[in-house]
Amino acid sequence: MSFISVFDVLGPNMIGPSSSHTAGAVVIANLAHKLLAPPLKQVDFTLYGSFAKTYRGHGTDRALLGGIMGFPTDDLSIRDSFRIAEERGLAFSFTPDETKTEVHPNTVDIRMENAAGQRMTVRGESLGGGKVRIVRINGVHVDFTGEYASVIAVHQDKPGVVAHITKVLSDHNVNIAFMRLFREGKGDTAYSIIESDGTLPEGIAGELKTNPHVRDVMIVQS
Amino acid sequence: MNFKNANELLALCQQEGCSISEIMRRRECVLGETTVETVTRRMTRVLEIMRQSATIPLEHPVRSMGGLIGGEAKRLTAHAAQKEDICGPVLQKAITYAMAVLEVNASMGLIVAAPTAGSSGVVPGLLLALQEIFHISDERLIDGLFNAGAIGYLAMRNATVAGAVGGCQAEVGVAAAMAASAAVELMGGEPEQCLSAASTVLMNMLGLVCDPVGGLVEYPCQNRNAAGVANALIAAEIALSGVWQLIPFDEMLSAMYRVGRRIPAELRETALGGCATAPSACQRCGCCP
Repeated sequence: MSFISVFDVLGPNMIGPSSSHTAGAVVIANLAHKLLAPPLKQVDFTLYGSFAKTYRGHGTDRALLGGIMGFPTDDLSIRDSFRIAEERGLAFSFTPDETKTEVHPNTVDIRMENAAGQRMTVRGESLGGGKVRIVRINGVHVDFTGEYASVIAVHQDKPGVVAHITKVLSDHNVNIAFMRLFREGKGDTAYSIIESDGTLPEGIAGELKTNPHVRDVMIVQS
Repeated sequence: MNFKNANELLALCQQEGCSISEIMRRRECVLGETTVETVTRRMTRVLEIMRQSATIPLEHPVRSMGGLIGGEAKRLTAHAAQKEDICGPVLQKAITYAMAVLEVNASMGLIVAAPTAGSSGVVPGLLLALQEIFHISDERLIDGLFNAGAIGYLAMRNATVAGAVGGCQAEVGVAAAMAASAAVELMGGEPEQCLSAASTVLMNMLGLVCDPVGGLVEYPCQNRNAAGVANALIAAEIALSGVWQLIPFDEMLSAMYRVGRRIPAELRETALGGCATAPSACQRCGCCP
């Protein structure tokens, strides 16, 4: 989806009241929920900028919690997401932080822990009109939107890893639209993010993990 | 099958001998690599949500999250039922529907952003009112939505539809331009007349600021959606009569964008000026320490 669709103009179909503060919040949290294996046990949201100031009146809190449970932007269950989370045994908290001013005005940090004890922190920005981007995973700067089917590979910053990833994708006839590499430091943990056209084939994560330097692979279908 | 501005859109309409809505529908199929059935199905769902959100609060008013609005659409309906309305049937119905959608939106109900949530009442408001008064089929109304989508796309591509960037003129102003253009096509106007109506709306709403009380999408947003509908109807009537506009849509869109960027930050969705800082609004909101 690289063009402005008529459904970007007449859309998203969404629970109100704000495309940036409500629908965008759902989309960010929904993306985050695809990055960590279910079921989630605990999630803590830190809200910055305008999110911190007006989150209650915009239902940003319910929207984030709904998104983290996998609800889409037009799901009326978002209104009851507090109750649904409690029923599912998902613990949650919201902390507004108005002190940080260098962040995008509609930013949220999402700290998640699943039943297996794995943890992940994701930072997302809501850009308006329900458009979002993920800008950090576990403190590492990244950049993807979820509008394309995406592969997020966590690996050591070693020679040959990227070649392995592109080889696997090429073997499955996946056309790469965008590809970017982010790393903590030289030789350190790196994130390869590949955005592709169409849908990613099943089982591709397993093949990508056959390289010993690849630690984890997340697949986000568009 | 694509266009970057209104000039190219008009050229395509001429070359293909079809309406703006048809060009926009074909563009969606080609660029989205999908079928006409799929895009029609999706647009049918859009219309369905629009109709629900425009009509439910007429009988079942809903209170907004921030408590600033709720019940307006029911009041307007009751007022009209007593034959006391002064707007005439199209405008009376259109503003009622537009305000209803904002009520639904502000209470965390299901709406279609058109082009934004804060301006989501204008397009459904006018189109649904026209449908009722002039007995327009759903199929034709969906054409109207594709036409509106073409105008909104140009605004997103070449200017902005974000209140935080361009003020309310970019949200309700663009929504009203979309509604006006769609109304002209539905009432039998030519593509030139559609764009002329859209241009007129931007002209008449130029400079409108975004100053939501408490920073919430409630007040004055709901009133402004009704005002957007009225502006759209006025512009459509002028265009349909054959009145020619000096300034074409592309130029008006660029004027709107330039004006928007010169609106001070206090008046671009930050709730630091305009209605948001009127004493009564501050007293009601109680947001500031």
